[in-house]
Amino acid sequence: MSDHTPATRSPAFWINAALLALLALVPPILFITGQPFWLDVFTRLVILAIAATALNLILGFGGLVSFGHAAYLGLGAYAVGIPTYHALYGGMDAIASFNGFLHLGLAIAISALFALLTGAISLRTRGVNFIMITMAFGQMVFYAIVALENYGGDDGLTIDVRSEFPLISLDNPLTLYAVGYLSLLLVLFIVYKITRSRFGLTLQGARSNEERMRSLGVDCYRYQLVAFVISGALCGYAGFLLGNFTTFISPEMMDWTRSGELMFMVILGGAAFLLGPVIGAAAFILLEQLLREVTIHWHLPFGILLILSVLFFKGGLAGIVDRQRLKGNRQ
Amino acid sequence: MNTASQQPILKTTDLCKRFGGVFATDNVNLDVLDGEVHALIGPNGAGKTTLISQLSGLLKPDSGRIEFKTRNMTGKPAHKFARAGLARSFQITSLFADMTLLQNVALAVQAHAGHSFNFWRNATLDKKLLDPALSYLETTGLANSAGKQVSEVSHGERRQLEVAMALATEPSLLLLDEPMAGMGSEESNLMINILQKLSGSKTILLIEHDMDAVFTLADRISVLVYGRIIATGKGDEIKANPDVRAAYLGEEANA
Amino acid sequence: METSLLLIQLINGLQLGVLLFLLSAGLTLTFGIMDFVNLAHGSLYMLGAFICASLTQLTGSFALATILALPLTALCGVIIELVVVRQLYSRNHLDHVLATFGLILCLDTLAELIWGPAGIAVLLPGILNGGVEILPGVVVPAFRLLIIAVGLMAAAGLYIVVNHTKLGMLIRAGASNRTMVGALGVDIKTLFTGVFAMGAALAGLAGLLVAPIAEASIGMGNEIIITTFVVIIIGGIGSMKGAFIAALLIGLIDTLGRSYLDDFFNLFMSHEAAETAAPAVSAMLIYLMMAVILAIRPQGLFPAASR
Repeated sequence: MSDHTPATRSPAFWINAALLALLALVPPILFITGQPFWLDVFTRLVILAIAATALNLILGFGGLVSFGHAAYLGLGAYAVGIPTYHALYGGMDAIASFNGFLHLGLAIAISALFALLTGAISLRTRGVNFIMITMAFGQMVFYAIVALENYGGDDGLTIDVRSEFPLISLDNPLTLYAVGYLSLLLVLFIVYKITRSRFGLTLQGARSNEERMRSLGVDCYRYQLVAFVISGALCGYAGFLLGNFTTFISPEMMDWTRSGELMFMVILGGAAFLLGPVIGAAAFILLEQLLREVTIHWHLPFGILLILSVLFFKGGLAGIVDRQRLKGNRQ
Repeated sequence: MNTASQQPILKTTDLCKRFGGVFATDNVNLDVLDGEVHALIGPNGAGKTTLISQLSGLLKPDSGRIEFKTRNMTGKPAHKFARAGLARSFQITSLFADMTLLQNVALAVQAHAGHSFNFWRNATLDKKLLDPALSYLETTGLANSAGKQVSEVSHGERRQLEVAMALATEPSLLLLDEPMAGMGSEESNLMINILQKLSGSKTILLIEHDMDAVFTLADRISVLVYGRIIATGKGDEIKANPDVRAAYLGEEANA
Repeated sequence: METSLLLIQLINGLQLGVLLFLLSAGLTLTFGIMDFVNLAHGSLYMLGAFICASLTQLTGSFALATILALPLTALCGVIIELVVVRQLYSRNHLDHVLATFGLILCLDTLAELIWGPAGIAVLLPGILNGGVEILPGVVVPAFRLLIIAVGLMAAAGLYIVVNHTKLGMLIRAGASNRTMVGALGVDIKTLFTGVFAMGAALAGLAGLLVAPIAEASIGMGNEIIITTFVVIIIGGIGSMKGAFIAALLIGLIDTLGRSYLDDFFNLFMSHEAAETAAPAVSAMLIYLMMAVILAIRPQGLFPAASR
């Protein structure tokens, strides 16, 4: 719980502000100066930063190591893909539509519902069990989508028409980036408010010392479950954006290794820091991009870097800037 | 017993808990009267911690009954005990290590204030939480350390913080598990003073090794040996009780 | 429902269950003794398969390849333990998960560099290629029976280790209790390396057994590791007995679900609906079962001694 009153803004505040300003300016400039490829990289970056920020709410502030968050990205993306598919090819009249608000609503509602059902069961366990159970539930969605031949199964589904909104068109890459960037700011603001509210403090108390919270009369389970649902819903929102960005969705995007990448973004950047996941997502995606240019076997140096970062880099990138103690473990 | 009415606020009936066939709690009948300071003493391994873990809901008894304010609480989870008005401090300091003292107590105040499903208002600046938290820190002699992280303060101050957090839930019964454990004599005296001030207004069940503290503070004393309560009474009665002398005080007869 | 078909499916399910047991036994060992969570366990399974495939091509003998592949996979385990895993024992589970996730990326890419992106098929010797008539008219591939036999033998071996050796005592104690290990006069570092190597060998055994059926391929471990986790969760983490029972349960339910769920659905819904629903539900079946079991018993069926 770092407290920066306006009077004493820390270096971390200015670094965070600079980072957000860079994200606002650099990608559009790159696009205008004839580097559309980099705008794509940054669009993916801000969308995954949203997902990582959502994950951080429970991982960093709640101390709950959820290893299934890619499932929400997938659910959000298919909430765009499936209604669009039916609007084009018929069937399922209830949801067949290009309407962006419907897609968005579906993405958030389905993600929240899935989080509620799986969270209710997972949160009865702790530690390694919790990690493995969230992982298994995530993979359940993966296999369910693989088995749905109607929507391409393993081969994936092309989104031929993006979600339609009044006034703006997501087909314009700059507009899409702006929507992604503003969504990131919105989600950061939501998480910021939550972590300082009574709810957020209760969540952090449970992370710090769950037995103590219970002795104070707090039923931690309810708070953790609600946090889990909020996190899932926000991640589903990121999935909605991701579907509109890639326009091709497949079960692969919710494979458990994707969940691992999201977790890495959070930890790499610094869990329990508001902008940690954004820094982590930026580091992760830019590193991935640079290594890809060097070798097709970029997973090897990447994996080595990940291992080294765990061994020698406790507290993440944000932890270096903001020298506060970090507790990621809920033992 | 200064202001005590004769109504037990906490009452156990034939409470039993076994670990692998060994009785850790053996048919314990204990009552704590409203307004009194009741001390629970006993040699190491007598089962004190096991007993109070059951009295605060962290451990489920195998059989028997726990009544708190005449309500049956047997087998209820810890947070229900706390909600009913029973607060405990921990023998091994149990705090929110990554927060300041003020934040620790504020969280306890918040826990007592009802549900915390408020997602938006900034609670870190909320006077309704911070003002009472500060007053509990004052009561326990910690007002000057309010802004320090738990990791920065001494062992004695952490023990005081334990008491402050228990107080913050405005309990009708305060269950203190060896509040003076590991303290030097100066720190102990400070704690005894704090507890003495509280004893006028709070019902306290005190588990303690420090005999000076027990005989100074307690209205009544119960002696636990091998999971059984072998005697309950006022300080003088306990000192005179031959069973207690044999089983327990004997080892400290010269002290 | 034809009896002979059912019988064949039962044997397939049993075979899957046995493989899952070999994998989950290794994971449970490393978790039970070192309190270490190893996501890269599936990569050792993959290494076992590839090493066996290469050696079969090299020596022309599957049997010889099998015998050589086991210690080689164990050796891979030793190297991984010495280089990476050993640094992590003192860390929390989150660090275990993240570092071994990085390890997966490394091992998968290394395997791709050595063996190429395409899978390698393993040819079986003639005797194992045929079928065995277990009942009149019911022919089962001989190799599948061999897998079951080998798996059950391994289970029996583990049973003896767990119940009648010093190592087993540690496993049954169910905790990485360093003072206790020290009290028994065991060199902890060597013990941990040894246990990790044993887990690697078990995973390698599962991998080389599956190679002739499904070929060795990159990423094969990443799919089965999740099913292995489901086994461990259902069985109760750290429990060998739980792993065995849950592995067979999952193997059978998964296999039978995929074969018969559409017939079952046909009983009470239209053919078309059953056609769509059955594959999706059967793909989720073991996860749904996990959810139900956890809702009733959050610690799994056979929770290990207090941890």
